[in-house]
Amino acid sequence: MPDFRVNDLNISSTLATMPCSFSFSVPAQSGLGISGASGIGKSILLKALADMLPHQGELFLDDIESQRILAPQWRKKVGLLPAESQWWGDQVGDHFHNYNDTLFGQLGFDKKVMAWQISHLSSGEKQRLACIRLLMNQPEVLLLDEPTANLDHSNREKVEQVIIDYQKQQQSPIIMISHDQEQLETMCQQLLLLQNGHYEIKTLNKGVIE
Amino acid sequence: MIHLTPWDLIIASGMIVLLAITSILLQLNIARQLVIAACRNVIQLLLIGYILKLIFNTNNLYLLATIATIMLLVAGYEINARQKYPLKRWVGFKIGTSALFLSSFAMALLTLTVIVAPTPWYSPQYAIPLLGMLLGNTMNGISLGMDKLNQSLYQQKQIIEQRLMLGHRYQDAIKDIRIESVRTGMIPIVNSMAIAGLVSLPGMMTGQILSGTPPVEAVKYQILIFFLIASGTGFGIMSAVWMISKRMFDERQRLNLAILKIK
Repeated sequence: MPDFRVNDLNISSTLATMPCSFSFSVPAQSGLGISGASGIGKSILLKALADMLPHQGELFLDDIESQRILAPQWRKKVGLLPAESQWWGDQVGDHFHNYNDTLFGQLGFDKKVMAWQISHLSSGEKQRLACIRLLMNQPEVLLLDEPTANLDHSNREKVEQVIIDYQKQQQSPIIMISHDQEQLETMCQQLLLLQNGHYEIKTLNKGVIE
Repeated sequence: MIHLTPWDLIIASGMIVLLAITSILLQLNIARQLVIAACRNVIQLLLIGYILKLIFNTNNLYLLATIATIMLLVAGYEINARQKYPLKRWVGFKIGTSALFLSSFAMALLTLTVIVAPTPWYSPQYAIPLLGMLLGNTMNGISLGMDKLNQSLYQQKQIIEQRLMLGHRYQDAIKDIRIESVRTGMIPIVNSMAIAGLVSLPGMMTGQILSGTPPVEAVKYQILIFFLIASGTGFGIMSAVWMISKRMFDERQRLNLAILKIK
């Protein structure tokens, strides 16, 4: 059972207004939402959890501390979906090792998408493809930075469903940033409210995700 | 060989003056730069001419080593000048100098001890022009390669971080950038090799032919020089790219642009 735990994390060297110490845990198959004003450092916190920023304190996955394994290995296990996805190749196919019928199908693509030009993608298409790219990496923990911000209603539901399915199957802890209160309530059991210099964690009423 | 008299050079300098006057009349703004460059050129070359005359008569290894070191250090400094996103001064100097040392010095030593092998091997008449040519040309290539590398790392920060987030090793995350940087740095020497003899007669070969060396002998030397410059540039760029990319990532493979001097 992959549990994610943060112990005394300090990233105030990156952003001075950050609380000096974060400690929380996200049990397997549960969700932690992060909310707070814009610019308060939500994305920075998420980046730190993927060990993308210098920090003090400890990050645990399944009682393995992040420094005990190689950084690329940690980032494979603790997969971060950034708010704005980046693409290095010319075609969609350059970013995938193989094709997965179910995942692509669920988010409204077929195999032809592999030949599409990156420069012709809409922001919504990019966001859905980035989500597939992340999940195909088989992470044990999902860190999602506004995973549905650019999507219309029907695509938002599809992406949410894909993430929930993945979570059920892998029993992954999820940590997500979202401005959508309803989304946070469906997908998360805890809510981390980030404010200037401090934070609080609330328990959301909804028990288990159906 | 026909020796040049001062009058010959004065006639040639007349052309420069004529160009300067024309540019003033046409308001092209190059007169000042042109005259300064021409004067520097005369002074620097006359000085080195007399210094070389002095050294050629001594055959002293320590004197040669001193001059070679000065040449290396100047090139190591200049390699970072005129870059768009230069490295911080001290880091850039260290990396540039080591890359040049590995490429030019190694190639010059190989040539002096094994290939041309004059007696003694440090004979300044061979050592200094050879090293000078190698340093000058490899410096160009390495400097272009470094410029491309630094610029790409800076501009593609987000893409690199995206790849790191997906669990790519840092070497893989910047693979395309490394390939592009080496390619960019190699363009000048590959171009020169490709057009040599068809479009241009390389300077060194021209010089030898003018001073009476049989053309085929001059050609053999020119081929040697081309091969040395090409391999020196290649190894130099590779080591510079390796050193820079190692320093651009910390122990947890996070991109850290702190060694760049951002204006």
